[in-house]
Amino acid sequence: MSKQKYKWVGTRPDRPDGADKVTGRARFGADFNMPGQLVGKVLRSPHAHAIIKSIDTSAAEKLPGVKAVVTAKDFPEQPNLIVPTGEMQVNLRDITRNVMAREKALYESHPVAAVAATTDAIANAALALIKVEYQVLPHVIDVAEAMKDGAPLLHDNLITEGVKPVPTKPSNIAKRIDNVKGDTDAGFKQAEIVVERDYTTQPVHQGYIEPHACLASMAEDGQVQIWSTTQGHFQVRGFCSRLLNIETSQIRVTPTEIGGGFGGKTVVYLEPVAVMLSKKSGKPVKMVMSRDEVFRASGPAPGGTVHVKIGAKKDGTIVAAECTIALQAGAFPGSPVGPACWTSFACYDIPNIKVIGYDVVSNRPKVAAYRAPGAPISAWGVESTMDILAQELRMDPIDLRLKNAAKKGTKTSYGPVFDTIGFVETLEAAKKSEHYKSKPKPGMARGVAAGFWFNVGADSSAAAHVAEDGTVTIISGNPDIGGSRASLALMAAEELGVDYDKVRPVIADTSSIGFNFVTGGSRVTFATGLAVVNSVRDLIRECKVRAAKTWGVDPDGVIWENGCAKPAGSNVGEFEPLSLAQLAATAGKTGGPINGHNQLNAQGAGPGFGVHIVDLKVDRDTGIVEIGRYTALQDVGTAIHPSYVEGQMQGGAVQGIGWALNEEYIYSAKGKLDNAGFLDYRMPVASDLPMIETVIVEVANPHHPYGVRGVGEVPIVPPLATVGNAIARATGVRMTDLPMSPPRLSAALDAATPRMAAE
Amino acid sequence: MSKLHVTTTINGEPTEFLCEPTQAVLDVLRDQLGLTGTKEGCGSGDCGACTIMLDGRMVCSCLVLGAEAEGKKIETIEGMAQGDHLHALQKKFIEFAALQCGICTPGFLMASRALLERNNNPTETEVRYWLAGNLCRCTGYDKIVRAVMEVAADMRGAAR
Repeated sequence: MSKQKYKWVGTRPDRPDGADKVTGRARFGADFNMPGQLVGKVLRSPHAHAIIKSIDTSAAEKLPGVKAVVTAKDFPEQPNLIVPTGEMQVNLRDITRNVMAREKALYESHPVAAVAATTDAIANAALALIKVEYQVLPHVIDVAEAMKDGAPLLHDNLITEGVKPVPTKPSNIAKRIDNVKGDTDAGFKQAEIVVERDYTTQPVHQGYIEPHACLASMAEDGQVQIWSTTQGHFQVRGFCSRLLNIETSQIRVTPTEIGGGFGGKTVVYLEPVAVMLSKKSGKPVKMVMSRDEVFRASGPAPGGTVHVKIGAKKDGTIVAAECTIALQAGAFPGSPVGPACWTSFACYDIPNIKVIGYDVVSNRPKVAAYRAPGAPISAWGVESTMDILAQELRMDPIDLRLKNAAKKGTKTSYGPVFDTIGFVETLEAAKKSEHYKSKPKPGMARGVAAGFWFNVGADSSAAAHVAEDGTVTIISGNPDIGGSRASLALMAAEELGVDYDKVRPVIADTSSIGFNFVTGGSRVTFATGLAVVNSVRDLIRECKVRAAKTWGVDPDGVIWENGCAKPAGSNVGEFEPLSLAQLAATAGKTGGPINGHNQLNAQGAGPGFGVHIVDLKVDRDTGIVEIGRYTALQDVGTAIHPSYVEGQMQGGAVQGIGWALNEEYIYSAKGKLDNAGFLDYRMPVASDLPMIETVIVEVANPHHPYGVRGVGEVPIVPPLATVGNAIARATGVRMTDLPMSPPRLSAALDAATPRMAAE
Repeated sequence: MSKLHVTTTINGEPTEFLCEPTQAVLDVLRDQLGLTGTKEGCGSGDCGACTIMLDGRMVCSCLVLGAEAEGKKIETIEGMAQGDHLHALQKKFIEFAALQCGICTPGFLMASRALLERNNNPTETEVRYWLAGNLCRCTGYDKIVRAVMEVAADMRGAAR
């Protein structure tokens, strides 16, 4: 529909940063250097849980070429204060301890010290000279184990929040949350069928190909410059300011091109350490993580347990639903258990819902956001249970979902009432899709599941500047992680009525544009897009003023059409239209440069829904799953640049397939990660997959001028259960534990068919 | 340990450099010669982001020592475009949105060019297996595979 309505929105032009990124010109995190820079490296704990009794850095400091050594002593203590970061929350007291361990090392590879030296080899030698005395403590890795009485305690002061009466003893349960709608006890009494199951998932890493990297320079006057690969350079600035007690305006952070993040680059690991090393050495310091460090010490997504109970009438009407979710937060409180709970039943209009969540610490790296944080985990449980319900009722799985689908006016379990949403439209598109109408090929079985994500708005700033020749620069402050420059330029061109290539999008550093919240929450095209549209409207308003001045008329008598100022009617007078180029040429006489600005806290992000369909085959001997056909459908509001919308849907689906079939953190008995490399942490490769078909559904978000909802996160929510549901239909065996990797799946198949296994 | 003197050719230009005996070609390219288009994703030969050509053979530059480049011909992403003309694969990757973040793109382009120089009529399966040594976490590979197939078809059309 957008194709007819708009000239630019909905088209597929080349991205503005395309040539840079196919020629090697684009500069990512590890591509920045300064004269005289030092190499910074981190010493990490070899133990999963240990008291740090002492750290002796004297030998390292004496090594020629070593210019600075830092430990937790160099970082000021922080208050017990929670601040938002991306879609998650962090406590300043905890984050300073995650950046550099203080009293205890809480996970394997927790940083305990760092050095800056003239070469890589000297930095490594210096790390080996640092003597740390540890008192090793018992550790706990598993979330269910960590919740038991008598489990090793990570934090002596951790009292469970959200429980009445307030517990008197510390535990590893940081928080309990409860969402209740209606009365589930009464609801289940009306049920004619009840399905109840327990599910587990393992932690998975975001798997961005670019490791964390930064370059930091603190000058003698205290001014700091940082180049960082991050989803939010304003967050890097804010965290460095807080953690190092430096005034915010003294820090200038320039975002480099970012080699993937998926939520994992919304937090800080290296930046505060690099600034402190630079301060102590008086030199710029560059730090780059190895892949091993990325796996062991940067945020994975949590694993957890999910208990689901759904009650329905024989016609498929769901009358009550319950869900209990416990998620690993890692070493510090703050898993995405909130969103896991809120999203769990958000797809459905159910009168009685009860959801309980637990945030649990264990001796693992602190989790970070990962694409729709928490939602895939609860959806794995809920959407698998929905499939069992469909099978038991002998209903088509899409029909069961259509019967219970959330729509405009549905009240969610967590409070809000949905405005215009497109879940029904997406389910109907799935039913009508070529894929769903076809029969699975011989040997293949089909699975279907749905998914939801809120999408977020939040703070954005943008500016639009007219150059002397009338071309336009739009300036915003969100790192472009997957084509957002193109979508911002398309909306600006549409609004201005000029060609796409006359609009140049630029991503400014923290000192060159107002505050922008992270690139995350599927918010950039929605919220920053809104700020860009508004800044362009501000610029157009100014252009009308200049035309009015040129013509000697009232600004209200000027309209903007096809990139030109025109008289609103013949009553205003007969004037030739004035183009941007003409207005720019005379700007000096009409009031100076022509610019537009906007800043906002964007409200009204449009919730997104997706439905995925898979056909797959299971090799009964090996447990290997072959994906034969895959289709992702999603209501995106409006696809501004459809190719990058499809790309989000395809990429999210494939990450979800990896989560379903292979990816997991495997720990040894000593609490050490056994698969901290791409060879053993098996992400999907090209030969594992077919083409990923996409169907874009467009139910416009009424709260955005072009109807944008946000796209990036929904697509990782359905795949886990989509794949599991197809495996259940292919084999008759319902998998409840992820990943459904060849060894686990073949063991489950053997267990289900003991006679065959014995033969 | 003293540094080694290496004489090589990079993207057609005779080049000399000094390197540590333990230094990988990747680090020489990036840290000494300023050729940062070749990326490091893992340092263990698992992700393919550092793919280059060494005497016509596709290699992970993180697994080749700088000293091994002695007398050899290195090709990197910086040599792929000719003058101001992008290679057909570079153009098609942009046109097909075959990159999102772009960190894996130089490696995919080098690997794809190596495939098409050998076989300009690959099946989808052949493309997928040839590129199985290159990890992309953003795209799900769909648009990359389509771009490579399309360039292959264009090459065959032009040769006809």
